[in-house]
Amino acid sequence: MIDAATAAAQWRVATVTAIRAETASVKTISFDVPGWPGHLGGQHVDLRLTAEDGYVAQRSYSIASGAGTSPQIELTIDAVPDGEVSGFLHEELRVGDQIEIRGPIGGYFAWSAEYDYGLLLIAGGSGIVPLMSMLRSRDAAGATQPARLLYSSRGIDQIIYRAELDRLAAQTTQFTLTHTLTRNAPSGWTGERGRIGRVMLTRRQFTPVGNPDVYVCGPTAFVETIAEHLVAMGHRASNVRTERFGPTGAIRT
Amino acid sequence: MLVTRGFKGRRREGDADRLRLPPGQFLTPEFPVLTTGPTQHTRLDRWSLALQHGGSLLGKWSWEQFEALPQTEITCDIHCVTKWSKFDTRWRGVTIDNLLRAAGLAVAPTGFLMAHCDGGYTTNLLVADLIEARAMIATHFEDLPLLPSHGGPARLLVPHLYFWKSAKWVRRLAFREENTPGFWESHGYHLRGDPWREQRYEGDR
Ligand SMILES: Cc1cc2nc3c(=O)[nH]c(=O)nc-3n(C[C@H](O)[C@H](O)[C@H](O)COP(=O)(O)OP(=O)(O)OC[C@H]3O[C@@H](n4cnc5c(N)ncnc54)[C@H](O)[C@@H]3O)c2cc1C
Repeated sequence: MIDAATAAAQWRVATVTAIRAETASVKTISFDVPGWPGHLGGQHVDLRLTAEDGYVAQRSYSIASGAGTSPQIELTIDAVPDGEVSGFLHEELRVGDQIEIRGPIGGYFAWSAEYDYGLLLIAGGSGIVPLMSMLRSRDAAGATQPARLLYSSRGIDQIIYRAELDRLAAQTTQFTLTHTLTRNAPSGWTGERGRIGRVMLTRRQFTPVGNPDVYVCGPTAFVETIAEHLVAMGHRASNVRTERFGPTGAIRT
Repeated sequence: MLVTRGFKGRRREGDADRLRLPPGQFLTPEFPVLTTGPTQHTRLDRWSLALQHGGSLLGKWSWEQFEALPQTEITCDIHCVTKWSKFDTRWRGVTIDNLLRAAGLAVAPTGFLMAHCDGGYTTNLLVADLIEARAMIATHFEDLPLLPSHGGPARLLVPHLYFWKSAKWVRRLAFREENTPGFWESHGYHLRGDPWREQRYEGDR
């Protein structure tokens, strides 16, 4: 019997079982990971690619599929321009290929149905991935406390998991979904427009009432700005959990 | 080692650079921000740094007093557990050696240290990883006061360990006998975090 930490640190060979397009630049890849120790919503894996001459690249990816111990896990990958690993996963990877994965990693940016105190989720772009895992976990666990998602995308075609989010919003009374589009909104658009700011957060009731757990995920600058707004609105800093996906918009010194 | 079919790799750093990169890391020209939550903003007139051993206070400095301590500049490579590394970063601050000296200690206490920060963040370290010019309390990055998002006004800098050990917004250093896990160390990350041994997670040797 090996303990959980040892199991999570161990590299496993995962086999690609399906690849599907979510948007023009985003794909979801399903893996079969024998011996997968199980995960919570919001955790991530490390993925390791090795070239024939031994050159190695590693990156972190959030687990998109809901919590549980199933050896089938899903990752959702945005193709960043010129990206070494995301580019390979998009252009080269095929069903049946094998890849090394280890995890789950990150016990902090994680949500468990045992902590059902109300959820405020704020996502930018592919930052939706770990939050989707939380929403899927929440739905499967039949959580009863209210959950809200405010999800920022550039345009309507860039929204990841759009149909599934709509379905969750329609079926689960306690889940409120709001999209905001930052570049162009189609005519008749009923969601928000523009970047997320304090006014929008207040209008959509992302307030500290009831001390909800807040999770913010997306590009670094996005997360930074929103976390500051939330604290200014009275959220306890310790209730605001953040995950920054990448150097996009990083503060250059 | 499993060769990944079709993977060639794009960002191959030159040989010299590759030797400088710990396993699994890649080089970035940027300085990404990573924290568990919102950035802490501490006013300098409310800032102080305390040094403790067991229950007793060894020393305490206001911002002005701290700035008056002997300054050291170091240039080092830094390695974040999320896989980015950055070469030749230049910092200024007060080494832990000089801080101990300022507190009147000729030799460092043995054992471990817990760093406590604004916002409640903690991280545990071996004293041996902090002394002999291996670590400092940094207040300047590339000649400019450290930005709050990068841990200003003062952060720990322990460049030979993964960067989560270089705790932002540090306020209290407590020497202790036991090596109890700090924040990330109790959320699945390694107790020591040596990038050259790839000690990322709890189960890594
Ligand atoms: C904890 C964690 C979880 C993550 N989860 C996901 C996830 O679920 N889905 C996902 O798609 N990504 C996720 N990421 C980001 C991912 O790890 C990679 O950084 C990203 O795929 C880019 O890697 P690359 O090799 O393709 O690009 P690189 O070759 O490393 O970079 C190529 C260029 O793109 C820029 N770049 C690097 N990363 C990003 C980024 N994230 N966004 C925009 N530009 C970037 C670089 O500055 C560079 O100019 C996560 C990151 C972390 C730290």
